[in-house]
Amino acid sequence: MKTFAENLFGEDDKLKSSVLADGELDTRHGPILYMEDVSVSFDGFKALNKLSLYIDAGELRCVIGPNGAGKTTMMDVITGKTRPDVGSVFFGQTIDLLKMDEPAIAQVGIGRKFQKPSVFDALTVFENLELALKADKRTWQTLFFRLSGEQRDRIGAVLETVGLSAFAKERAGILSHGQKQWLEIGMLLMQEPKVMLVDEPIAGMTHQEIERTAELLLSLQGERSLVVVEHDMEFVRSIAKKVTVLHEGTVLTEGTMDEVQNDPRVIQVYLGG
Amino acid sequence: MNIPPLTRFHHVLAVLMLVFSLAAHSDPITASQPWLDALNSLKQGSMPEREQAIMQLAEIKDAHNLAILQALLDGRLFTTKTDTKLVIGIDNHQGFDISDAVSGAALGAVDHDALSKINLTNKMRGTLRKIIGELELSADDPAVRLAAVKAMAKEADDRVLDLLRGRADKEADPAVKEAIKVTLLLQDMDSPDKATRIMAIEALKAKNSQEVVNRLNAMVEKDESGEFVEPDEDIRNLAKAALININNRLQLYSSVETVFFGLSLGAVLVLSAIGLAITFGVMGVINMAHGELMMLGAYTTYVMQQLMPNHLGISVLLAIPAAFVISALVGIAIERGIIRFLYGRPLETLLATFGVSLILQQSVRSIFSPLNRSVATPEWMSGSWQINDFLSLTWNRFYILVFCLLVFVLLLQILKRTRLGLEVRAVAQNRKMAKAMGIPTARVDAMTFGLGSGIAGVAGVALSQITNVGPNLGQAYIVDSFMVVVFGGVGNLLGTLVAGFSLGIANKFLEPFAGAVLAKILVLVFIILFIQKRPRGLFPQKGRAADS
Amino acid sequence: MKLLTLASQDKTCTTVLMALAAVTFIIPLCNLLTPADSPLHFSAYTVSLIGKYLTFALLGMSLDLVWGYCGILALGHGAFFALGGYAMGMYLMRQIGTRGVYGDPLLPDFMVFLNWKELPWYWLGFDHFGFALLMVLLAPGILAFVFGWLAFRSRVTGVYLSIITQALTYALLLAFFRNEMGFGGNNGLTDFKDILGFNIQSEAVRSVLLFLSGFSLIGAFLLCRWIVNTKLGRVVTAIRDQESRVRFLGYRVEMFKLWIFVFAAMLAGVAGALYVPQVGIINPSEFTPLNSLEIVVWVAMGGRGTLYGAIIGAVVVNYGKTVLTGLMPEIWLFTLGAVFIVITLLLPDGIVGLLRRKLQEQHA
Repeated sequence: MKTFAENLFGEDDKLKSSVLADGELDTRHGPILYMEDVSVSFDGFKALNKLSLYIDAGELRCVIGPNGAGKTTMMDVITGKTRPDVGSVFFGQTIDLLKMDEPAIAQVGIGRKFQKPSVFDALTVFENLELALKADKRTWQTLFFRLSGEQRDRIGAVLETVGLSAFAKERAGILSHGQKQWLEIGMLLMQEPKVMLVDEPIAGMTHQEIERTAELLLSLQGERSLVVVEHDMEFVRSIAKKVTVLHEGTVLTEGTMDEVQNDPRVIQVYLGG
Repeated sequence: MNIPPLTRFHHVLAVLMLVFSLAAHSDPITASQPWLDALNSLKQGSMPEREQAIMQLAEIKDAHNLAILQALLDGRLFTTKTDTKLVIGIDNHQGFDISDAVSGAALGAVDHDALSKINLTNKMRGTLRKIIGELELSADDPAVRLAAVKAMAKEADDRVLDLLRGRADKEADPAVKEAIKVTLLLQDMDSPDKATRIMAIEALKAKNSQEVVNRLNAMVEKDESGEFVEPDEDIRNLAKAALININNRLQLYSSVETVFFGLSLGAVLVLSAIGLAITFGVMGVINMAHGELMMLGAYTTYVMQQLMPNHLGISVLLAIPAAFVISALVGIAIERGIIRFLYGRPLETLLATFGVSLILQQSVRSIFSPLNRSVATPEWMSGSWQINDFLSLTWNRFYILVFCLLVFVLLLQILKRTRLGLEVRAVAQNRKMAKAMGIPTARVDAMTFGLGSGIAGVAGVALSQITNVGPNLGQAYIVDSFMVVVFGGVGNLLGTLVAGFSLGIANKFLEPFAGAVLAKILVLVFIILFIQKRPRGLFPQKGRAADS
Repeated sequence: MKLLTLASQDKTCTTVLMALAAVTFIIPLCNLLTPADSPLHFSAYTVSLIGKYLTFALLGMSLDLVWGYCGILALGHGAFFALGGYAMGMYLMRQIGTRGVYGDPLLPDFMVFLNWKELPWYWLGFDHFGFALLMVLLAPGILAFVFGWLAFRSRVTGVYLSIITQALTYALLLAFFRNEMGFGGNNGLTDFKDILGFNIQSEAVRSVLLFLSGFSLIGAFLLCRWIVNTKLGRVVTAIRDQESRVRFLGYRVEMFKLWIFVFAAMLAGVAGALYVPQVGIINPSEFTPLNSLEIVVWVAMGGRGTLYGAIIGAVVVNYGKTVLTGLMPEIWLFTLGAVFIVITLLLPDGIVGLLRRKLQEQHA
């Protein structure tokens, strides 16, 4: 399975440990993503309450928690969709994500798959991936953009990975829910992000597809950092080394799946009381 | 508003005269014998006898006196050549409409040469003026008394001043009393005694009267030879100080007036926008035909007036519910026929309702005429509330302001306290949930739309009182109303109120500097820029609901 | 199935292009080559009318780019058309020279009438055709840029954007009505004499103008078609359908919207510049919100998001307008209103959508 990732990201930019240019990603101290004391409130409701979370470079982290625990809000804050009231969010040591907007955050290397698959229905599957492709995304450059052979191959490889080769020329609108999930994962791969935020990747997937998703996510760790939000405990157990439990907008506990599942607080939160 | 005060009072006088003579019609007075004798000698006697008769008439209290004496002064008191009746004539260009001086009964029209005028000497005219002045000064209506004071101030001699001084203590009406005081103080300014003059200026500087300003201005000016009109420097400085004092107040009043104009413009904006705020804010529906629903309201007023031409005041009041019902029904028809198929597609709704607006406009054009219809203003809404010489507020704008607030409060109460309001708010917040709880969302949609449209109709009634009623009436207000809703924050009625009033006031404050059109452009540009900064308006909705 | 759709789409498209080319080349040729009494000769009225339709088609197409592809329902698109028209009108005014009613060598009639002593600075340069052409692009372009930059950057979308675009054209309407603006106030700019030294009323010039309108339309159509088929075109379509998602892919949505908005505004300006010499007048009524809404109806009627649909819509609606206002003026607004309603309720894909369905049924 390792070859998966090697295929996809052949000429990976090795994380630099020497001198860093201004604004370049600095992960020398370990974590690639820092969230510290982040609070968000909507009309008095605290969606996040002094949340602190550290994701290491190359780590695959699963985040679980009951509904309303703040999982999606957390992703919204990281990707720039929601501004926190207080707190800080850094990418590496030097890049302050709170000073950036969504496209800037995406370009700096944080990709996101949405809970509700949001692909572009009017475009073909191929075009969806082409849009996601890592490239110069300014207007004029986009106007005169031509796919190189290499880029075409990469799209082909991703199509292969997500099992949509046969649908390349079809409009994304005709895909099933599960296929849209895959397409969205494919788009995430095309972006080549350093951090992938994956919100409920397996909803609507068959058992086989779930297994393939697990394989894919596992193959990506190490090269990429992944934050996976999922409700399916079995799935989480199958991929997670470290699990973070969110509850009422704050971290309840962190640890291996076994540790977390045996934590009495977690049991109480999930089973009520 | 720009009519000079004097002409204005003459109007008032003329109206009052008419009222008096009308009163005489309905209520024949059993005339006293001395009064009839005096009239008789007025009619037939020699000049000295006439003078005597005039004095006698002044002694006798009779409601007809004022009209007769005024007619005498104006040269409108005649005797008929055929039966030597004493009549009052009103020139109708071909001849005279005459009425019996004694009974007040109308006697129809006659030729010029059917009457002979009762002549007067200059001396008698002077006497007459004073008598009329006295009579008016003791009239029951304070407005007549006020007019009398103002007229007397023009030709104040010792006798008049005595009269006024005598009246000053008895006078109960504050406005009349004030006018008498000002007149007397102005006289004191001419006093040979410097102390009296100083006291007069000191007292006058607190008065709000154009005459005082004119007088003080005249005192500080130089004449043609470069000499000051007022030789005494102390007095001049005092006058200057008093002028500054008055001018400061004048500025304050003009600000108050601007604020009032702004508020009344704001009231119009709010009236036209709150209906929209409901349909747009609560239902998320863009109703481009909103302006035409207002237009329908205005035309309803017009039709009501045509139906009952003799009861203008009542017709306007009746037009309010009628306009509400008509516009609401049209609104419900639009909702049921078109909008309900387009929920969740705001841009399409916008286009379809724009189509409706074109059809409504053209219907009105075809039914009534492309020209503006004139809607009369009932008497109780015309004229203005004269607070002092510097500040008068027109009644129609005042009523519209009050009306706007009433409608607003009523609407708020409907939304807060009625079942419909509860359902409307529930549907606005979470349509699916409301439906699941058994709220008939389709019916609520129709009712909400009907409510918003009905208010547009009511706004149309108000508009008919201040602007031309024509097919383009709606067009003129639609952009403004949207601006108000967007500026205030969609889904927030209070925001609409604040936005409407602040835009109205801003507009009126800009007008003197920029002109009406440029002021409007500036306000539009301001809103466009404002939306950049706060896309959700002054009072944005917060939270998750706001994202959708 | 999909191939069929494509083929039928291309078929309609090809037909439209062929018809355009025919009109563009044949009418001017006929008129230049045949004598006035020949049956092949088109009347001056017809030539101007068709020329006008072609400029409207260009205008409609430019709106389709913004609305059909990028999802921005601009209700003030007519403003850009009018600005282009004014830029051309200003050049034509300068061409009048001393032949005005007052015969002033320096000032247009309306300025003499207003007692102005010198030409306002913003009229300088309009003596030169090249400069005027530049302004035809720049005036609408700059307005679109400034407005779009403010609006898109702060993420004003949907109906809010529609309303403020309407407010924009409304504000311009009020402004251009003012005599002090120096654009002829209520009456606008008219009584043109020459264009590039040729009599603007002459038949040859009218034919050439028609040719230029058709030529620009075809050129613009091909250019727009190319644009919507580039990656930028696909980004724009993606923005229409899921704006926020595009941001998370790293695209600056506001810049793409701005690009397409400014480009469309410039096209509209060109349409306005071609329109003015053919109708002989430009006045503030071009800024009325109703005009901009009519453009929307053309696009909706033809079928948005197809480019050629806008061309069909513009011609059909305007032909209908010409006929109806000729027969019964009062019926026109009823019809237009009904068209708005029927299209949105029953024909969301317009004429093109209808044709496509028909063609598909035939094949099936």
